Amino acid sequence: MMGRAVTVVLLLCVAGLFWYLASAGTPAELGSVSRRYVERGLEENRGSNLVTSVVVNYRGLDTLGEVTVLFLSVTGVAFVLRRRRDDEDATKGSAADAARRSVPASELVQTGARLLLGPMILFGAYIFVHGHLTPGGGFQGGAVVASAVLLLLLADRKRALPHGLMSWLESLSGFGFVVVGLVGLGVAGSFLANRGVVPLGTWNRLFSAGLIPVIYVLVGLKVGSELAALLDVMMRGEKGGAG
Amino acid sequence: MILTDALVCIVMIAAAIVAVTIRSILSAIILVGVVSLMVAYLFLRMGAPDVAMTEAAIGAALSTVIFLIALARTRGKA
Repeated sequence: MMGRAVTVVLLLCVAGLFWYLASAGTPAELGSVSRRYVERGLEENRGSNLVTSVVVNYRGLDTLGEVTVLFLSVTGVAFVLRRRRDDEDATKGSAADAARRSVPASELVQTGARLLLGPMILFGAYIFVHGHLTPGGGFQGGAVVASAVLLLLLADRKRALPHGLMSWLESLSGFGFVVVGLVGLGVAGSFLANRGVVPLGTWNRLFSAGLIPVIYVLVGLKVGSELAALLDVMMRGEKGGAG
Repeated sequence: MILTDALVCIVMIAAAIVAVTIRSILSAIILVGVVSLMVAYLFLRMGAPDVAMTEAAIGAALSTVIFLIALARTRGKA
């Protein structure tokens, strides 16, 4: 009873806090850092999508950190699930597991996957290649590519993904991100610097915004292969240690 | 437009409450996906298409699927 009352009071406090924050509305003026980004971002990076300029250039180091966190979590999942699968193998593979494994996906899923796989991968690639022009970027595009891989895995449970290719893609794109950052450090004096490394190009063209599209393509490949590997590890585990 | 927004908010809050209280884990996972989709719409309406895309792709699609796979793998063993 006492605990319940405390919970309710705490919830009311949180609700009040959010009510206060929401009623204050958005500030009418930008902070000094935001104003600097908004006023100079277009001129400094020539990217039509200012969000991308902030994510990849001004806050590029944070993006590198995020990609690293994703990598570590995927590694952790793979590590834990692999160990569990070994345990299961040591005891027994139940008959129900075996039965479920052999059930193929329905005709509808298989045909749909065949039809949608290409367009989905293309759309994901479009999102991260055009990250500096339109909304979206490496993370979003990578997630769309991973959804396409998921569809492939759902349609054909026995399909094995090319693990060598995927881990190479993932490692090389991560490595490329750091190399691009270090090139900026060497040539223009700051990590992930954009101005003065390559020509910035004309505003609103595909080949513009300097290194931003390069970095976003690398981030897209990395996120896509990481999420696809995560799904693959989990699905393979579901099938019960056959892969 | 404001009517649609209100409807989305109501669906989102209702889905969130039901997701917490419902007994079936499968339904709870689907409802959390619904909340993510509604949040994605609201992000879009508030002029943040980048965040909306992330929320729709990762929140509504991938994390729902990851939860579903995890549920399938743990079912019957708990």
